[in-house]
Amino acid sequence: MLAGMTANVVFGMLRVAILAAALEAADGEIADYDIAATNTYVWIGQGLLGFVLLWGTNELAERVRSGDVVVDLYRPWHLQSAMLAQDLGRGGFAFLTRLAPPMVFGVLLFPFQFPASSAQWPLFLVSAVLALVVSFACRFLVDASAFWLLDNRGLYGFWNVTSGLLCGLTVPVSFFPGWARDVLWLTPFPALMQAPIDVFLGHGDVTGVLLHQLFWAVALLGAGHLVLQRAVRKVVVQGG
Amino acid sequence: MIEVRELRREFRIATSKGLRRNHKTVTAVDGVTFDVRAGEAVGYVGPNGAGKSTTIKMLTGILVPTSGHLRVGGVDPSRQRRDLARRIGVVFGQRSQLWWDLPLQDSFDLLRSIYRVPAQDYRTRLDECVELLGLQETLLTPVRQLSLGQRMRGEITAALLHAPELLVLDEPTIGLDLESKERLREFLADINTRRGTTLLLTTHDLDDIERLCPRLMVIDHGRVLADGPLDELRAEVTPERELVIDLREPGPAPDVPGVTAVRSEAGGLRHHLTFRRAETTAAQLITQVVRQVEVHDLAVVEPEIDDVIRKLYQRQLDQDAHR
Repeated sequence: MLAGMTANVVFGMLRVAILAAALEAADGEIADYDIAATNTYVWIGQGLLGFVLLWGTNELAERVRSGDVVVDLYRPWHLQSAMLAQDLGRGGFAFLTRLAPPMVFGVLLFPFQFPASSAQWPLFLVSAVLALVVSFACRFLVDASAFWLLDNRGLYGFWNVTSGLLCGLTVPVSFFPGWARDVLWLTPFPALMQAPIDVFLGHGDVTGVLLHQLFWAVALLGAGHLVLQRAVRKVVVQGG
Repeated sequence: MIEVRELRREFRIATSKGLRRNHKTVTAVDGVTFDVRAGEAVGYVGPNGAGKSTTIKMLTGILVPTSGHLRVGGVDPSRQRRDLARRIGVVFGQRSQLWWDLPLQDSFDLLRSIYRVPAQDYRTRLDECVELLGLQETLLTPVRQLSLGQRMRGEITAALLHAPELLVLDEPTIGLDLESKERLREFLADINTRRGTTLLLTTHDLDDIERLCPRLMVIDHGRVLADGPLDELRAEVTPERELVIDLREPGPAPDVPGVTAVRSEAGGLRHHLTFRRAETTAAQLITQVVRQVEVHDLAVVEPEIDDVIRKLYQRQLDQDAHR
C-alpha cells in the first residue's frame, strides 16, 4: 500500500517533468493543456491508476490454469458479479489509499486546476467509478480468455502495454492527431482514464463522456457475461 | 437423489507433433448408469483416470455431459447449477474453498452470506461442526497457516454450513495421517446417519469405504464394473477365503479335502490354506486340521478390499479380451 503510494508519487513527478518540458517546447500549451491542467492531469491520472486498477492480477486466469476455478464455479453465485463486487470493495479502499494521496500531493506542491463548478466533483466521482467498472470488465475479458488459451500471459501482457498508451495515461488523448483521437473515442480505452480526467478539468462535453463510459461499462460487462456462460458450457476444467 | 442414465463425456485432446496439430477424442465417462437414494453413503472408486472426477464434475454441474440423462435432487445440474449449488456441498481434497489469507471464521462468515444461511441456523451448524471436529483452537488462524488436517476439517465444515442434502467428497482423506482420517470418517458417518445427508465419495483409501460406505461402485475406463454392498462384491469376486495356521513344530501342511491351494512360510511353521466358502465352512476345516496337526494359532482371513477391486479389474480385462 505504502509502496504503491510512493511509486505513484515518484512516477507522477517524472511525468510532470517530461510533460512540462514538452509544454515549454510548445510555447506553454498543447491542445487544451496549459501547465496547471497538465499537472492536474498527471496527479489525477496517478491516483486513478491504483483506483481503476488498469493492470490487475490475472487471478481468475491463474485459477483456470490450476483448475481451482471449479471451486468458484460451483458456488451459488454469478461469478462475474461476485468478482465485480469484490473489485468495487477494493476500489473503496483504493480511493483512500491510492486516489486521494497523489491528488493531495499535486494540490500542495504544483499549480493545480480545480473544477470550475462544484458540480464537477460528484460527476468526477461518478466518472471514476464508471472507469473502474469498465476497467474491471476489460480485465475480466482478458482473464476469461484463459478458459480457451489456458495460458493467457501473452494477451495479458499485450493488454498491459496497450491500455496505458491508449487510455490517456501516457499522454492525454487530445495530444494524438485528430483522426487517431476520433478513432480512440470509438473504443472503450478513453473510458478507463481520460474520461474522469476530462470531467474534472471540464474538457469536452461531460454528458457525452459519461454516456460513453456507461455504454462501454454495460457492453463489456454483457460481453463478459456471455463469455463466461460459454466458457462454462464448453470448457474443460483442468486436472484431477 | 441422484439419477444417472447412460452418461457419457468425451474430451478432445490435442496431439501435437511438430507443426501438425491433431485432435483425438477420449471418452472419460462411457455410458454410466446408477441411482443413489437419499440418505445413502456410496463409495465411488477406481484407478487414476477412471472417470471419477469427471463424473463428479458433471454431477455438480461444472461440466456438461456429452450425452445421457442426469438428475441430481430432481434438477439438471448444468442447467440449474446455481439452484443446485445451494442444495449440495462439495469438498475437493486437492482444492480449497476457503480464503487463503483469512481466518477460518471469516471464511465461514463469507460463505454464510454467499449461501444466505439464516443467522440462527448458521450458529447452530457451525457450533456443532466446531465441537465435533475440534476446531475451537483454529477458528482465528489464517487458512494458510493451518495444517492439512485442520484445513480439511475446515473444508468439510464449510461445505456443511448450508445443510446440503448431498455431500460430494472427492478424495477427502488424501494426505491425512491415520488419526485425522479416522476423525473425519467418524464425523462423516455421524452426519450421514443423524442428519440423513447423502454421501458420495471418491477415494483411493479403501478404509474410507470399509468404514463409511455400505455401498461401493467401482469404475474403470469410464464404465461401472461393479455396484453393490461391499460384502456381496467380496463374496462374488473372491469366493475363496484363507485359513492361516501356525504349527507348534515345523511340518508339512495338513491334507484336507476342500482346500484348493496351500502356501507355506517360515520353514513349515506357518501354512496358508485357501478354501471356497461355498463348499466348506471355516469351522469344518478347522476341526479337520486340528485332528491332523498340533496347532499353535490360527486365523481366518477375509480378502482385502484391494484384492476385491483388483479382481474386478482383472475380470473386466478378461471379458474385454474374449470379445
